[in-house]
Amino acid sequence: MAIEVEGKSFETDEEGYLLNLNDWIPGIADAMAKEDDLDLSEEHWEIINFLREYYEEYQIAPAVRVLTKAVGKRMGKDKGNSKYLYSLFPYGPGKQACRFAGLPKPTGCI
Amino acid sequence: MAKKKPTFETPELGEYYEVPEVTEGTMAHLSPFVAQPVHNTDLNFPGELVDDWHGKALEKLDDLRTRYRSLQVYLDSCVKCGACTDKCHYYLGTKDPKNMPVGRQDLLRKVYRRYFTFAGMFFPKLVGAADLTRETLDEWYSYYHQCSQCRRCSVFCPYGIDTAEISMAAREILDSIGYGQKYCNEIIAKLNKVGNNLGLPGPALADTLEGLEEDVFDETGVEVKYPLDQKGADILLVTPSADFFAEPHVDGLIGYGKVFHEAGLSWTISSYASEAANFGMFIGSYENMRRVSLRIRKAAMDLGVKRVVFGECGHAWRVAYAFLNTLAGPFDFLDPDYPVPQHIMEFTWDQIEKGNLNFDKSANDEMTLTFHDSCNVARATRMGSKPGGQMEIPRNVIKAVCNNYADMHYDTIGEKTFCCGGGGGLLTDDLMEIRVKGALPRMTALRNVMEEEGVTHIAAICAICKSQFTKVLPYYGMDMDQIVSIHQLVSNAIIMTGQNTDDVETK
Repeated sequence: MAIEVEGKSFETDEEGYLLNLNDWIPGIADAMAKEDDLDLSEEHWEIINFLREYYEEYQIAPAVRVLTKAVGKRMGKDKGNSKYLYSLFPYGPGKQACRFAGLPKPTGCI
Repeated sequence: MAKKKPTFETPELGEYYEVPEVTEGTMAHLSPFVAQPVHNTDLNFPGELVDDWHGKALEKLDDLRTRYRSLQVYLDSCVKCGACTDKCHYYLGTKDPKNMPVGRQDLLRKVYRRYFTFAGMFFPKLVGAADLTRETLDEWYSYYHQCSQCRRCSVFCPYGIDTAEISMAAREILDSIGYGQKYCNEIIAKLNKVGNNLGLPGPALADTLEGLEEDVFDETGVEVKYPLDQKGADILLVTPSADFFAEPHVDGLIGYGKVFHEAGLSWTISSYASEAANFGMFIGSYENMRRVSLRIRKAAMDLGVKRVVFGECGHAWRVAYAFLNTLAGPFDFLDPDYPVPQHIMEFTWDQIEKGNLNFDKSANDEMTLTFHDSCNVARATRMGSKPGGQMEIPRNVIKAVCNNYADMHYDTIGEKTFCCGGGGGLLTDDLMEIRVKGALPRMTALRNVMEEEGVTHIAAICAICKSQFTKVLPYYGMDMDQIVSIHQLVSNAIIMTGQNTDDVETK
């Protein structure tokens, strides 16, 4: 499978996750969001950028608690919770936001 | 790409879960994603479907039926009495007769009869024997991945036929010819490389645990440690990696740490064996189950611990309780005064009985709890020294930390518990339809106890159950936050020595 962005084709897996993390360009997140009927706001981008930074350092998406804490610190304490993240990414911050950010899907008993 | 909107209808909750009229083929369309070659070969399986799959599959079936006497007995002894037909949550939720335990077993049994019994070789039609074809193979792949290996049917079978074992054997045959499932095989490959199902490397684990220490200190004023790779600790905690990653799992992990702290024992997590779950069991592969288990042995030896304690994880406890000593033993280097291994519920209950823990039960007063017995804990293991301890001890712990508790209907708990719908390697988005439909009986019982007893939350001691409920509760009009970890309840109520009690958080 693949996603077309800015005239280029990017390979994805069966569930739409980018196969090569290094291929990622911001346009991919916009295109994927559009498919999910979402418009990416500045708040969405804060999360997507944090996910990419964290992944670069640790080679894994952040745990939910690590993410909510970081969001709380950056965007205000009232936003440091799962409810807020789900309001931005209705299909789950871990899975949907990771896909937009070009990260592999976190799988396990989650 | 997979569209996120469900393409199926969620069953309606009735007053009871009714036994539906048989409707052929309702779930024939559903198959999980097939594993990538690289993940199959990591597990010592062929990368892709081999050319001579017909011969190889029969060879493997022959090998398994002679290696595991139980499998041969299960394939031979069914008398079609019908006792199992209405016992599987997947049949109740889908109406598909191939999701009846006997229907599922027959998919393998018909091939066994055709090639390995006298009657089947010469009079196949008389005994329901059938050739192994490519269609059969695809049907195995589809329906043996619609079984959560929960073993509820085996409780009701007069011959004790265990569909889970048949389902495991079928998956092993499929793996042996290069037709493996993506979810399970990718995860086992990840564990072999990184140490846990999620693929959390050591530094990410350390960062996550450090964050928990800060949170607990901010909340309680007590320096509770969540140590990683600490040599010489008394206890090695082996817990599902979802406990580091997801909610409500992590709230349980916070609870374990508080209990160890109050018990005054040193403990540690190992980055090398940072996973309790053992997906080798799901795919019926003894070799893979052993490979995963040996990591725990190595970690326990390297760290020089005296005891091994397992966190809240259903299938992990089955592998640990039933197989760990034979797979990866002997554990004669551990302290013989304690069970090898021990469950965190046994540990906490022992501390409660000794009077070592103080609780403010009112911290959980906003909730009325019920308990979901996880299938493998209830039907395949034990806790404590008495029969039924695996059912009793978790309830005892809940009642020790909560004032409000009510059980669900007795036909849906204990050894007759209904699976959450996501066990046995089915906890993946590509199987969401069977997960949602299979949750119907459990959701019905939960909704009833909510209406009759005012229950607000359901507690579980399995990472899969917790994740599955988080996902499926909203499909049935309930809230994802209604699922909690037992040690989350312990964590809410425990008053540690020196804890700030002025503003105890009662989330």
